[in-house]
Amino acid sequence: MSATADASGAGPGTRTGAGAGTGSGAGSGTGSASGPGRSAGGAAKAPRRGARPPRRGSGWTPWLYLAPALVVLAALLAYPIYQLGLISLLEYTQAQVSGGEPTSFQGLANYAELFGDRKFWDVLLATVVFAAACVTGTMAVGCSLAVLLTRVRLVPRLVLMMAALGAWATPAITGSTVWVFLFDPDFGPVNKVLGLGDHSWTYGRYSAFALVFFEVVWCSFPFVMVTMYAGIRAIPSEVLEAASLDGASALRTWRSVMAPMLRPILIVVTIQSVIWDFKVFTQIYVMTDGGGIAGQNLVLNVYAYQEAFASSQYSLGSAIGVVMLLILLGVTLVYLRLLRRRGEDL
Amino acid sequence: MSTTTKAARVPGARAAWRPRGPRRPWRLAAEAAALLVAAVVAFPLYWMVLSALKPAGEVQSDEPRPWTLSPSLDSFRRVFEQQDFGRYFLNSLLVASVVVLVSALIAFLAATAVTRFRFKFRTTLLIMFLTAQMVPIEALTIPMFFLMRDVDALNTLTSLILPHIAFSLPFAIWMLRGFVKAVPEALEEQAFIDGASRTRFLWQILFPLVFPGLVATSVFSFISTWNDFLFAKSFIISATENSTLPMALLVFFDTETPDWGGVMAASTVMTIPVLIFFVAVQRHLVSGIGGAMKD
Repeated sequence: MSATADASGAGPGTRTGAGAGTGSGAGSGTGSASGPGRSAGGAAKAPRRGARPPRRGSGWTPWLYLAPALVVLAALLAYPIYQLGLISLLEYTQAQVSGGEPTSFQGLANYAELFGDRKFWDVLLATVVFAAACVTGTMAVGCSLAVLLTRVRLVPRLVLMMAALGAWATPAITGSTVWVFLFDPDFGPVNKVLGLGDHSWTYGRYSAFALVFFEVVWCSFPFVMVTMYAGIRAIPSEVLEAASLDGASALRTWRSVMAPMLRPILIVVTIQSVIWDFKVFTQIYVMTDGGGIAGQNLVLNVYAYQEAFASSQYSLGSAIGVVMLLILLGVTLVYLRLLRRRGEDL
Repeated sequence: MSTTTKAARVPGARAAWRPRGPRRPWRLAAEAAALLVAAVVAFPLYWMVLSALKPAGEVQSDEPRPWTLSPSLDSFRRVFEQQDFGRYFLNSLLVASVVVLVSALIAFLAATAVTRFRFKFRTTLLIMFLTAQMVPIEALTIPMFFLMRDVDALNTLTSLILPHIAFSLPFAIWMLRGFVKAVPEALEEQAFIDGASRTRFLWQILFPLVFPGLVATSVFSFISTWNDFLFAKSFIISATENSTLPMALLVFFDTETPDWGGVMAASTVMTIPVLIFFVAVQRHLVSGIGGAMKD
């Protein structure tokens, strides 16, 4: 019995990155990077490599197990997505919602209106640039702190980990209120320390985006840091020893040994960040009060929401939603291709 | 946390590739930097709790000080005296608990199906689960609103529970997969040889083994549900008694002259359960996976 317990221990161990809360791909990332996670189950008593033990009458059992999940996802995810697409093709405003006027099929007219609007392109550009900035900032801070963590002793490491965990656990909405308060022109400590007087951060477009950027980086770098740290720790010390015996410099070791081994985790973390930062909603909505003065801080997500629920332009809002969905689908396809190229076993 | 530190202490081998002597000042600099960064990262949370405890005059002061000599619970009292705040808190807790329990159960079954069985469309399903995580749920607020209206769920807690179960499932399944996969197949064969039925194996052997993973997965369902204010704002329109915590927080925040003490106290109240959950799960992970960090 102890042998099996050991084997089960080794499996999740390599995935502690995922367990500790890294998320979707991280588990598979670490797993495939080090191997043991995958072989632990099979090596115990593998009759044929990669083959699952044959199950008697297992034909319908998996579907039975899957049924609740599939029902929920079909009703509450697939169906709304279909509806989103449908509404984006209709004329759907307050009049149709209340039943005053019949809905009418518009074809792609809503999209034509959207793409003909300069504001849409402005918001799209702002979304892409803002997301890119957030991803870059998060990755830079997270990765450098992960490296820093490997260079320090127990106490500083624990302190930094705890602080990061606190930032990670903070709900987006309370994080937003706290950061707005920190940068408050009248009562906030930041302006006092920087000697900015009553400079309002939310007034200007770029300073408002900067404020949101700080908050987003603050609450998302811990994920990157913890995952990358786990990844670095998982590199066998022999490899690093060999590099150091061969006289490789620290930079060279990083470039030729660590970076390639960390690549799978880096990909997972980056893609995950892209997806999160592209979808930022709460921070923008709360910190800039629904998209900033005259909508200067709108991103696609908030824009869609405002069009639908503030202006009752449900079809336009849905069209924006479809555009977002397609962009994120593109990101997902890239992700899947990268997974496939690595030969990841799904 | 302690898993990683334990792993760091045990193998002395790791220290070998990093020569000790001449690098010492560098390590001290790195440690100073780490502590400094930790202070900066923790500062917003410190300021939140501090401002919640400051008396009103000190919060809205031109000379913000990083300490207070006369802590008071006035802000918390104001928050809880606001109509129904306690009720909002319970609503939030109820919604999050139901979502966590239901989605954990459903995800456990689904994760078992996709890891322990080979069947047609298995890979397709996995790709679907992965893709479903990318769906921007904010964009789905529009059709979800009409769906909830059509099933007469608007203004009820059900309208918050149902969508969140659906949105937390794909990620939960994807993450649990790793935990289920890690339970050796041999254990399953052994159970069948001993005459256990599939159901018995599922609930009496697999479930307890995967439980730590379930708890870890639950953090994410809990956080996303607990943090949500979009659905609460859009679906709970007239029945304010069914509102949740974020809405109460926004009541303090959304005015021309926010009551900062109240905002910070409400933020503290909202943050603490998540922090507790995080810490609790951290410990659970360590004991559950048990010394597995042998790298």
